[in-house]
Amino acid sequence: MVLVNSSGLTQRRLLQAIVEMARSVYGAAAASVFLLNQETGDLVFEAVAGEGEGWLPGTTFPAGTGIAGWTVMCGQSLLVDDVSANPQFARDAAESTGYLPQSIMAAPLFRDDGECIGVLEVLDRDSRPRRDQGDLESLGLLATGTAEVLALLVRLRSLESTHDDRDGADAGGMPVLHRVADRLPAASEQVRATVTRLLQMAEDLLADDAAGSGRPDA
Amino acid sequence: MTDLPPWRRPPRDHFPGVPAWGMPSTMVPQERVAFSQIGPVTRDWAWGGADGSGIRVCVLDSGVDATHPLVGGIDQAMDVVRDDDDMVVVPVDPVDEAGHGTACASVIRLIAPRVSLTSVRVLGNGKHGTGSALLAGLSWAIDEGFDVINMSLSTAKEQFRGALSELTDRAYFRRCVIVASAHNMPVRSYPWPFASVISVASHDGPDPMTYYYNPAPPVEFYARGVRVRVAWPGGREILSTGNSLATPHMAAICALILSKHPTLTPFQLRSVLYLAAENVAEPQGGS
Repeated sequence: MVLVNSSGLTQRRLLQAIVEMARSVYGAAAASVFLLNQETGDLVFEAVAGEGEGWLPGTTFPAGTGIAGWTVMCGQSLLVDDVSANPQFARDAAESTGYLPQSIMAAPLFRDDGECIGVLEVLDRDSRPRRDQGDLESLGLLATGTAEVLALLVRLRSLESTHDDRDGADAGGMPVLHRVADRLPAASEQVRATVTRLLQMAEDLLADDAAGSGRPDA
Repeated sequence: MTDLPPWRRPPRDHFPGVPAWGMPSTMVPQERVAFSQIGPVTRDWAWGGADGSGIRVCVLDSGVDATHPLVGGIDQAMDVVRDDDDMVVVPVDPVDEAGHGTACASVIRLIAPRVSLTSVRVLGNGKHGTGSALLAGLSWAIDEGFDVINMSLSTAKEQFRGALSELTDRAYFRRCVIVASAHNMPVRSYPWPFASVISVASHDGPDPMTYYYNPAPPVEFYARGVRVRVAWPGGREILSTGNSLATPHMAAICALILSKHPTLTPFQLRSVLYLAAENVAEPQGGS
């Protein structure tokens, strides 16, 4: 059983480097990469630089909402301004991200086969004179590289999940374990110690169970 | 059936001894159909005084909110839903949770206020758009014979390329003008690069009627697409940038030209667009 997704750390660091770079290039308040849940269409924050980076990763945006939703639907990069002039949008954004942007710029992330797997988004770029069209074009270039990294990350997770299934793990619990493994490295020392203790207890419990009733079905 | 113009009829029967697509001109009298001569094309000749009356425009997108003040009502709203293994097109309430289609419809309405608007929802629907919904919606719109079909979308999935190519060719011959967003990212996507569709990218000028011809296609025209004030869900407005917004500008200009010159063929319309483009038209010929 892989408790800590160690082999995914390089890809995660790459994703983080990309959002940091995007934030720096545009002098933006925040930059983020969303992963698209192919089943539900929901968008999950994978990496965030700037506003919300401490706690946004792992949270979800419902399918088809917001500018990221537009981007996924039409497969095109988009930019909107004066977002905060729109009370409803501002409230929705505040509730889901805790930050009220003035402008949002987003580009879809495509896998090799043309499937959209996520979105690269930049909030409130403001360090230079306005260049809406040029900025959108450079975001497109950045998105191409980001998509490669995100696709790698997805493939890796899928491989690890297959590997874990072969090890006889209960497939029903895997998403939780993956999320725990993903978030564990970023947790505070106290929380990390508690979670590790809980996981050790879970492992002991499973070991006892296996000794008592034989291995569960693989 | 005879009420239909020749380009909307099913393929005709073959004649004995005549190749399938030949014309036995000595046996069959020529049918009289209306033709348009293209005069000296100025912007005023092309669309001066036109408001889109009599032209049916279909917006293939996330739906259209008919109650939005910038949309001002639509004539028909359809949805593409799965029925067992098939995708079927059914009537639906004119709503749009995402707002992308409403934004496009508001641009069309601004430029061509009297067009008849129909929405076909091929995006969204609980998850992101599927290629099969797009194909079904486009096929329906072509069968229905819309004069202009706005596609502010594209698919990067190679497996839909062949079917989309066949559909856009069919649309061209049936005089359904497809106006499609070029991609503003370095990815291969469809249908915008096909020669049978009018493809649009953005320029950054403020005038909704200004567009440019691109002498190095596949992107054929540049229309206004930067900081465009568009409809946003809930009756609101927003400034948005992207080829998605440039496309309805071009679709609406096509609708204006066709409302003034209804018998133009798609290749004539393209010529008019070309001759009236900002960088092609004679300076004194502009309206």
